[in-house]
Amino acid sequence: MTTDHDQLTIHEAHRLLEERRFSSVELTRACLDRIRYLDERVGAVVTVTEELALRQAAEADKRIAAGDAGPLTGVPMLVKDNMCTRGVLTTCSSKMLESFVPPYNATVVDKLEEAGAVIIGKANMDEFAMGSSTEHSAFSPTHNPWDLSRVPGGSSGGSAAAVAAGEAIFALGSDTGGSIRQPAGFCSVTGLKPTYGRVSRYGLVAFASSLDQIGPLTQDVTDCALVMNAIAGHDNRDSTSAPIPVPDYTQCLNGDVKGLKIGIPKEYFVEGMQPEVEDTIRAAIGQLEKLGASIDWEVSLPHTRHALAVYYVIAPSEASANLARYDGTTYGFRYKDGESMWDTMEKTRQFGFGAEVKRRIMLGTYALSAGYYDAYYLKAQKVRTLIRREFDEAFEKFDVLVTPTSPTVPFTMGEKLDDPVQMYLSDVCTLPINIAGLPAISIPAGFADGLPIGMQIIAKPFAEETILRIAHAFQQATDWHEKRARI
Amino acid sequence: MEFETVIGLEVHVQLQTRSKMFCCCSADYASTPPNTHVCPVCLGMPGVLPVINQQAVEYTAMTALALNCTIAEYTRFDRKSYPYPDLMKGYQISQYEDPIGLNGWLAIEVDGRTRRAGITRVHLEEDTARLTHRSAPGEEAYSLVDVNRSGTPLMEVVGEPDLRSPEEARQYLIKLRSILRYLGVSTANMEEGSFRCDANISIRPEGCDELAAKVEVKNMNSFRAVYHALEYEEIRQRRAVEQGEDIFQETRGWVEEEGKTVSQRGKEYADDYRYFPEPDLPPLSLSADWVEEIKARLPELPEAKRDRFMTDYALPRYDASLLTGSREMADYFEVCLETGLPAGLALPARAKAVSNWLLGDFSRLLNATGTEISDSKVNPEQLCQLLDLMQKGTVTGPAAKQVWEEMFKTGRPAEEIIDRKGLSQITDTGEIEEAVDQAIAANKQAVADYNAGKETAVKFLVGQVMRATRGRANPQLATELLKKKLGEE
Ligand SMILES: [Zn+2]
Repeated sequence: MTTDHDQLTIHEAHRLLEERRFSSVELTRACLDRIRYLDERVGAVVTVTEELALRQAAEADKRIAAGDAGPLTGVPMLVKDNMCTRGVLTTCSSKMLESFVPPYNATVVDKLEEAGAVIIGKANMDEFAMGSSTEHSAFSPTHNPWDLSRVPGGSSGGSAAAVAAGEAIFALGSDTGGSIRQPAGFCSVTGLKPTYGRVSRYGLVAFASSLDQIGPLTQDVTDCALVMNAIAGHDNRDSTSAPIPVPDYTQCLNGDVKGLKIGIPKEYFVEGMQPEVEDTIRAAIGQLEKLGASIDWEVSLPHTRHALAVYYVIAPSEASANLARYDGTTYGFRYKDGESMWDTMEKTRQFGFGAEVKRRIMLGTYALSAGYYDAYYLKAQKVRTLIRREFDEAFEKFDVLVTPTSPTVPFTMGEKLDDPVQMYLSDVCTLPINIAGLPAISIPAGFADGLPIGMQIIAKPFAEETILRIAHAFQQATDWHEKRARI
Repeated sequence: MEFETVIGLEVHVQLQTRSKMFCCCSADYASTPPNTHVCPVCLGMPGVLPVINQQAVEYTAMTALALNCTIAEYTRFDRKSYPYPDLMKGYQISQYEDPIGLNGWLAIEVDGRTRRAGITRVHLEEDTARLTHRSAPGEEAYSLVDVNRSGTPLMEVVGEPDLRSPEEARQYLIKLRSILRYLGVSTANMEEGSFRCDANISIRPEGCDELAAKVEVKNMNSFRAVYHALEYEEIRQRRAVEQGEDIFQETRGWVEEEGKTVSQRGKEYADDYRYFPEPDLPPLSLSADWVEEIKARLPELPEAKRDRFMTDYALPRYDASLLTGSREMADYFEVCLETGLPAGLALPARAKAVSNWLLGDFSRLLNATGTEISDSKVNPEQLCQLLDLMQKGTVTGPAAKQVWEEMFKTGRPAEEIIDRKGLSQITDTGEIEEAVDQAIAANKQAVADYNAGKETAVKFLVGQVMRATRGRANPQLATELLKKKLGEE
């Protein structure tokens, strides 16, 4: 297959498959080849499931031949390595789960298999999804395809980089504080974090249960809608998933944004923000105005400034309990030379987890301890309610809010590794959205010196259609999303 | 100084649901090989999520209602964190701040006095896996984990420190168990571990309202053990205080074989379970309608049944209390009454006759053989036929007891046993006369006593006649004949 095809969108690939221009097996082989050829430099993939992929591709070809193909049938994709895949390693990029093979699928994986998607492998990530650069992978960091000396963002850095590099046509990521959107912004791809409860979390290895949400990373908004059609919906196995009907997300992609009210919260243009980022986002918003949306530049969400603090109490607290199960007794890594049961459990955790994971477990354990609970966890929950309410009020006036996805372009590898707070600040624009459980997308909005800049569009709960409609209209009018990394 | 004992009980009850608390696995963990009723959820594997068992919530609400609790409109689950290999997730899903039931009471009766013992809360949680510790001399000790029990529903009933003696504690447990069995929510068997009790006990000078340092007593596996452990602890604490020693807050274990409690190594620091709301489960709202629906489904509870038995059947309180101690006994009793036997008696007389038999000979054999009434081979119909035969005079009271033993053993009808064993009453004067003559001839001393004016000697002689006829002689006839013959001599 020619290289013209190696950075196809889902809808293009679907059309070409239907036209029998190539088979799913050929397309899958092309992606596998590209991984073989490129991934040594990018480091986006931790497990390649060649055999499984070719089997699924052959099945897909049968479905296509039988005229029974859906939009995802036969399309090669990657699953972030914190989503359980039956019979396939699911490591969370951690030594702790280095050899863990789950006997069950995450619900999203079941749904993608039903839709006929071809799973070609598992994507690299920050260990247990804790990080903003994918440098915290226990195996190897992922590099940004636009500049290999820079980070792809995180924690779904592998998913974003693989899509940007054309190693897969789309990928699934998970987003706890920006882990889909920030890497989507850094890699110039489209990444949606759905409303909390829109997509089942069953089989997603939990980081912070009240914040985690699975979503797509794709080449454009149409693809994003197609993947959402496949993965969204209530799941009996996830009590926090919403029993709300799923619309056909492609129906809202009509290019019409006339009269939509867009608010620009000034607190998201933070101090220390890179001027090129601010200029690019302002220009992109100008573009939306030209398309007929009405813009209010003077929106204020004052509680935003507390979001980072709230997040770094709630997320680590939940994580400290979620990660308590990894003690080497039942599965996963186990320290071999422990002197006693307790020693084995302790050393398993000491050597099985990386530094960032241990830092967050300790933060969370502290915040939940007797005597500190009220001052930290309880207070954080109260402020969380205030942040939610503030968004509720804003959405009485506006259809969406627009902000930068991240205050900077992709930073260089190692730059923030020794300064956790600087690293955490990379998610300052995306964290509040998880705290409020809202849907938000990051779409390519421009470049500064060849480095991608993402624009974030936020809506009220379960208003993914509004987001997709605006993002789609923007992509109809611009070609940022069509630019491909040269690698 | 006079001391007062203060006891509060915490009871863990295994609920009899089909599936586990948060997954579809069968909750029947005991009758299956280890680690066969397990799944990713109860194994605590990565990425899986809990789903609430509705039946367990209903059972807990039923219990809370039966214990006169208020049902929370809003209830939620919390995570209780502590590291131990029997806890598959490293935390237990329990209820901390918003339990299902709050502020109830349980009526207990001690020395004929009824009073209320407060119930602090009734909440729902999941059980842990079962550890078996193995060690052999010269070998390294190890532990086996059976995950079958992990995630089975467990209800905790926390009592107020309202009990004032080991006997009150025992009555509290008997009453609670009876209610649980009436509701059908648990087998509530202490020996099998489906009903587990921990006790907090302290003593304080009479009239003092403050609570002293309390000792938690664990490892009691029967009601008897609870009674003895608390009795032991009560005395131990009194002696310690009298000797000027301090009582420390600690956990002590009951050692059955030695009949004493021993200090279990005190923890250096207080437990910190780091409770926080379970983010994987949304809070539950229990609507007033739902609560009413549950209430309407509650069966008649022991006290109500006892009172009804007293009014409807004119039974003495003692009989009514014992009969309603278990739902099975009460049901058996009422089915007996439905047979209308023994014929010819008014309802109160019939009820008393049945009650006498159930609480007497029936209970004696059940206890002696360790049989549950539900497993009895004799059904109510058969029992009442025996009572009817007795009433009609077909068998005498003493012969009926022999028939009963046989019925209990074999489950055969009374008439058949009477026929086969020839146990029907002898009313033929000739036959009885023969036995009377023999008794007089063989017991010169008794005859002499009678003649000397000792009336009771007749009773002895009647006993001899009954023995000679295997209890079959009509006792009245025998007495008359005896008196007549003795008068002739
Ligand atoms: Zn299970």
